[in-house]
Amino acid sequence: MAYAAGVDVGSTQTKAVIINEQGEIAARALIDTGANVVVAAENAHVAALRSGNIREEEVEYVVGTGYGRYKVTFGDTQITEISCHARGAVHMFPATRTVVDMGGQDTKAIRVSAAGEVVDFCMNDKCAAGTGRFLGAAAAALEVPLGDLGSIALRAEKPVKISTTCTVFAESEVVSWLGKGKRIDEILLGVHQSIASRSLGLMRRVGIEPEVTFTGGVAKNIGMITALNALLGFPVNVSDDSHFMGALGAALFAMDRILSGRVPAQEATL
Amino acid sequence: MSDGHKADEIVGRGSREGADLFRQWFQRLTEAPERGEQSAYVFVMGSLAEILRVFDFHMVFPEINSLQTAVRRVAHEYLNAAEDYGYSPDICGYVKADVAMQLQGGQHPMGRIPRPDLAVYTNACNTYIKWAEIWERFYRVPCFTLDVPGSRAASGRTWPGHRDFDNDVHYVLAQIKELIGVCEQVSGKQFDIDRLRETMGHANTMSRSWRRVLALNQNVPAPFNAVTDGTVYLGVSNGFRGTAAGAEYFTRLVAEMEHKAARGLGTARDEVYRLIFVGVPCYPIFRRFTEMFTEHGGAFISSTYLWFASGGTDLDFQYDLSRPLESLAEGVLLGVRDAMDSMFFQDQRLIAMVEPYQIDGVVYHPIKSCRTTSTGMADNRRAVLAACDVGSLFIESDMMDKRVVSEAQLKNRIDAFFEGLANRKQMKRVQA
Repeated sequence: MAYAAGVDVGSTQTKAVIINEQGEIAARALIDTGANVVVAAENAHVAALRSGNIREEEVEYVVGTGYGRYKVTFGDTQITEISCHARGAVHMFPATRTVVDMGGQDTKAIRVSAAGEVVDFCMNDKCAAGTGRFLGAAAAALEVPLGDLGSIALRAEKPVKISTTCTVFAESEVVSWLGKGKRIDEILLGVHQSIASRSLGLMRRVGIEPEVTFTGGVAKNIGMITALNALLGFPVNVSDDSHFMGALGAALFAMDRILSGRVPAQEATL
Repeated sequence: MSDGHKADEIVGRGSREGADLFRQWFQRLTEAPERGEQSAYVFVMGSLAEILRVFDFHMVFPEINSLQTAVRRVAHEYLNAAEDYGYSPDICGYVKADVAMQLQGGQHPMGRIPRPDLAVYTNACNTYIKWAEIWERFYRVPCFTLDVPGSRAASGRTWPGHRDFDNDVHYVLAQIKELIGVCEQVSGKQFDIDRLRETMGHANTMSRSWRRVLALNQNVPAPFNAVTDGTVYLGVSNGFRGTAAGAEYFTRLVAEMEHKAARGLGTARDEVYRLIFVGVPCYPIFRRFTEMFTEHGGAFISSTYLWFASGGTDLDFQYDLSRPLESLAEGVLLGVRDAMDSMFFQDQRLIAMVEPYQIDGVVYHPIKSCRTTSTGMADNRRAVLAACDVGSLFIESDMMDKRVVSEAQLKNRIDAFFEGLANRKQMKRVQA
């Protein structure tokens, strides 16, 4: 049994996935990236090996992805998270034609073909507005645990209007709404709708075609799923492993290399 | 310039000789005030060099001065100085670098830029007009606006023989005659039509050669990189327009490109993907920006920058020297209008290039501080993608301000673009 691994070194968290020859997830691990990207990649991979009781030598090919992909020193090649999220999403939900990935600093909209190739993509530029970091800033200002943001937001009936697009200024806007007597759930619903609206703008730029699959760490947030569903007018696909979708896609590319007889890296861009 | 045609001397001489000409040009600008010589501030989209050289004005291109500060990695010093003076971060970086340079007495990494005695500009860019007004306030110099009628709509140009074209030409011609009067007044020299014929003759050689150079990149591999090498050639095209040195340079450049094309010589890196660049280059990381493409085998075959920033001289309009003023008006109308269209309506021309130039992808590069060249790119991209089966990348940075240039973000998008191109090639191979 050959295994393939994908290591997605993101700005906030590092994810590792190991798959078997059937493309099934055999192991996964998630750690905070921290300041040492090389160590984070190694630790995530080792943690995945341990969780799946897999020996290092059983993993025949490793693909690094994410912003720190070139720091996956034990990796055989690197592929961007844009291609990897698309691949992972289509693997999980074969009818996927649009992917929206919300990570710590990036939100991406990716249009994919029926064959799973990236047709077009679009990302937030220059700032972290509309990303997980925006939610983090709101959570810090409201002193609410990140994991509770979505469920609290859904309690509200009437959202406040969050007008700023700046993650840093969002914090002061949240505080100003508190000062005006608005409830935390109303503010949080406004934050979720603001982010969902920006993501919808990115999706429109590449062209929204169902099915839409929601990936990345923010896909665990029920408030964001609800906000996206409401704006799109139909439900998005969400997997329990949406946080690992980039690493999964990387592992799937790695398995391609194994199964195609390990073509030289320069010929095997995809 | 020597006339040696040994292979090792020919390859790369366009870049070497271009750099030499640039050094000489800035040296002459530095020395101009001591010699009591006058300078005209002009812009790349309609410099009117043919007229101004008749009166011996030194040509100063503030856009080129500004971009040189970015290439030489000191633009931030100028931008900060202009912002300290009160200019907003959102204003054109070229303008701010120039304002800071004026405030510092013309101090520039390549020499000292003389004050203007006259400013001449067209309406090709709306910033030109406000920019020139700054000099007017600083120095109390005459500023001459040449209003060039633009295209009425995409593909809605008026051409020679059309009634509206004749009206447009008369309008431009009247303004050129006004400009001659202003030049006579500022310089104290009388207009000499034979000298105009001479500068127009040199300009004809340069335009003809420029078009030939651009067309030679149809060869595989392409003889030059349209972003890096092309920008050097473009600088000479502007700075030396209407001169014997410019004409000689471009004649030799054609010989170099033909030499390379005949021998299958491309640029330094292997060419795997043939790309068109749309917009203004990312000067703060000029070499690195291009490397992010060439390291994947991406070669820039063409660039809309080489069209609009040459003032539309790539059209190869040949002046009729038997009726110089009328012909100049026609050429200026067609050239400046083409420059404007190359910023706003480039899609049709790009679509027409895809097949003959064997284009794999189009890279759109909107920039923060120039809405003129950037607004419309999204529409144009949609039009190109609807018409052609090519890859496309849309990346934003700036031509001057490194504060809005994120190399990591650029690289991520560029890498993903090439993954898509590789996939396309693979699919086409499978389908074949």
